[in-house]
Amino acid sequence: MNRIWSILFFLVPILGVATFIMAASGIGPLKGAWLPENYAQSGETIDHLFNVIHLICAAIFISTGTAIGWFVWKFADRGDVNVDTNGKARKARYIHGNWKLELLWTVIPGFILLFIAFYQMNAWSETRLNRPAIEIDGQMVPKPPLVLVKAKQFGWEFHYAGADQKIHTQDDLYVENKLVIPDDETIVMQMESRDVIHSFFVPKLRLKQDIVPGMTQFAWFTPTGKAKMGIICAELCGWGHSQMKGTLEIVSRAEFNQYITELESENRPAELAENE
Amino acid sequence: MNDSAHAKRGILSRIFSVDHKVIGLQFLFSSLIWFAVGGFLALAIRWQLAWPGSDIPILGRLLFSAEGGQIPPEFYNMLFTMHATIMIFFVVIPILSGAFGNYLIPLMIGADDMAFPKLNMLSYWFMWPAFAFMILSFFMPGYGPGSGWTSYPPLSTLPEAAPNTAAAQDCWIVGLVFVGISSMMGSINYITTILQMRAPGMNMFRLPMTVWTMLITAILQAFSLPVLTAALFMQLSDRLLQTGFFATSNLVANNAEAVAGGGQVLLWQHLFWFYSHPAVYIMVLPAMGMVSDILSCFSRKPLFGYRPMVYSVISIAFLGFLVWGHHMFISGMNKILAVSFMVSTMLIALPSGVKVFNWLATLWGGRLQLKTPMLFCIGFVSMFVIGGLSGVVMAAPPVDIHLHDTYYIVAHFHYVLFGASILGVMGAIYFWFPKMFGRSMNESLGKLHFLLTFIFLNGTFFPMHFLGARGFPRRYANSDINPEFAELLPLNQFITFCALAMGAAQLIFICNFFISIFFGKRTERNPWNANTLEWLAPSPPPHGNFDFQIVVERGPYEYSHPDHEQDFWPQAEHTADES
Repeated sequence: MNRIWSILFFLVPILGVATFIMAASGIGPLKGAWLPENYAQSGETIDHLFNVIHLICAAIFISTGTAIGWFVWKFADRGDVNVDTNGKARKARYIHGNWKLELLWTVIPGFILLFIAFYQMNAWSETRLNRPAIEIDGQMVPKPPLVLVKAKQFGWEFHYAGADQKIHTQDDLYVENKLVIPDDETIVMQMESRDVIHSFFVPKLRLKQDIVPGMTQFAWFTPTGKAKMGIICAELCGWGHSQMKGTLEIVSRAEFNQYITELESENRPAELAENE
Repeated sequence: MNDSAHAKRGILSRIFSVDHKVIGLQFLFSSLIWFAVGGFLALAIRWQLAWPGSDIPILGRLLFSAEGGQIPPEFYNMLFTMHATIMIFFVVIPILSGAFGNYLIPLMIGADDMAFPKLNMLSYWFMWPAFAFMILSFFMPGYGPGSGWTSYPPLSTLPEAAPNTAAAQDCWIVGLVFVGISSMMGSINYITTILQMRAPGMNMFRLPMTVWTMLITAILQAFSLPVLTAALFMQLSDRLLQTGFFATSNLVANNAEAVAGGGQVLLWQHLFWFYSHPAVYIMVLPAMGMVSDILSCFSRKPLFGYRPMVYSVISIAFLGFLVWGHHMFISGMNKILAVSFMVSTMLIALPSGVKVFNWLATLWGGRLQLKTPMLFCIGFVSMFVIGGLSGVVMAAPPVDIHLHDTYYIVAHFHYVLFGASILGVMGAIYFWFPKMFGRSMNESLGKLHFLLTFIFLNGTFFPMHFLGARGFPRRYANSDINPEFAELLPLNQFITFCALAMGAAQLIFICNFFISIFFGKRTERNPWNANTLEWLAPSPPPHGNFDFQIVVERGPYEYSHPDHEQDFWPQAEHTADES
């Protein structure tokens, strides 16, 4: 019976790793249950980190999991085996600890954690801290947003800058739930909420940003190819939370320009009517 | 021992008992009942995720005849809100601190009761208003509170934003305030008792790990609860008095009038997580302590690295106050702050890791008695490793960008709270049951219960990592309407099958538990040959606990001492005849 428990604990790392490999390589019933395709440069960095940290964790998971299974196998009390030469039951080892070992398994994991901490700092500053800059009149200024994302219960509004190249102005081009962007530049988005907290989540760009009422957020990414993908909300925003569906299309510059022209013709009458 | 107060008889003095053991059992029973309620809520959530839009069996027709038996989204939001609230505030915290803290602390330190027995009684009875308000919130007009257990404003504060939660949200807040009051009274009592009431010879470094972790937990609660309570009152005042602590100007929800505002939405998240991150440790540290003691006892071997374990618990408590921001990496909080929270989060992984290595070293070279409590505790270590490691993955903010609010995090905290804490609690119930009731639980049923729970908990929670990696979000009432996730439906159905099986496996426990109370095998004082003081008292211990004077002579882990005949050596000598 003791052997069964040992095998049960051995199965944890074995099945754990096996299912991870199945999911990562899309085998069998776990096909599709892994990181989706990626269409952003920063997504590649994030996927790389995801894999590296998981590999480190897998090493620890396998070794501790195997240790548990092995110790249960080897040290389980089986009566007859555990008898010393005098026929008395063998006692367990009387050890209270070992400071050298404690030091060892504090310092080594400490270094591993420090490595992980430093290894991913650049990725964070690229994706969240250093907004892309452009040169205007000889000065580097933060790149102006291409589009304003307005989240509301329960949908997404996208406002493109009009002829004046600025958002939040009269000539903004407005469209709901469909975001089209060109594939040849780094896209900066400004994000605001009309009511409660929402979160702009595009799994295929590895991009997520909470949109907090009263605050302005910026998010940016550089597309790596043309594609159409879903935008979803990742912060509970009410009964329609799961219905906040949008689409994001990455298209060529020419297609993008054409799209904007179409939007202008669609938006103008409403715009004029409002001005009258 | 302690005479006049203990001699009282009668129904009222039994129910409103000041005896720490009765109070502990009261906490145990009410937590177990709520555990069943929370479990049913979880199964309803799983039903909707596996067979979205289909009738839920039996209940569906009764509850939602208007919707054709389907779960409406507002009701779904209530399900996960109440599942989390009940499991956290009515099950895990009260069963660890309330039930085992109460039952074990005085016994383990050799005291006859808590320092403040009446306060202790009140700490249990203040749970009842909390129960009442939570039950009330189910029956308020609308569908009950639906802003998640995190209750982020403005969703939770603007009535227009969640029209169906209405007064239910107010009840939910008041209920939590009462839980806070109850926990606060408990913590003050535990700290005082542990510091002041120890038996002669019981110095701090002779305390079993259970008591150490209860002490640290009580300190964590005492420091973090006031913040939550204040924040809850602020939210209540935003809702009822139209103050604007958490509201910015010009919010317009559901075409209602704009809010006056002037506050800060993110402020709630900081206050909430300042409590709720330490709460994660409140929900796991006591289990770690009990597991340490049980592992040592059934390995017949001293706990490896007792002092490093104590220091690591203390450092977890300290660092636990510095990591709340890792819940907020993508919340819109200052992005540079995220870096410092990332570093402190990586640091807190260290003491947790040290504990795992010490548990493994405790098993090594032992003479493992694979009884039910031991199996649950080894299961605890095995599952805690998974929950801890996925925590390291998400502690990296760039990776968290993708994983935040997906099923990856659902997997993570269920590995910690169910895989670790609940397995630890189960181990503790099987272990201390003979002390509590003077009878032991059935071993075969116990092992079967462990086997099925262990298999199906992994079947339930492990695949959630993959859902999360795919980007499958939490808290989606209609996950099927998004074509992005259509292909994940079979996996969700597999998870639901496992969850149903795991729920069914708990029936074995329920039967075993209640049958054993009345018909279990009668046990002696010390059926497991354990060292700690509670095993020197009669089973069950009378009011006043010990029938002889306790003088502690050694630490709690003197198993297999080479100079001692038996392979255990209790902390004190039993000086009176057994009665």
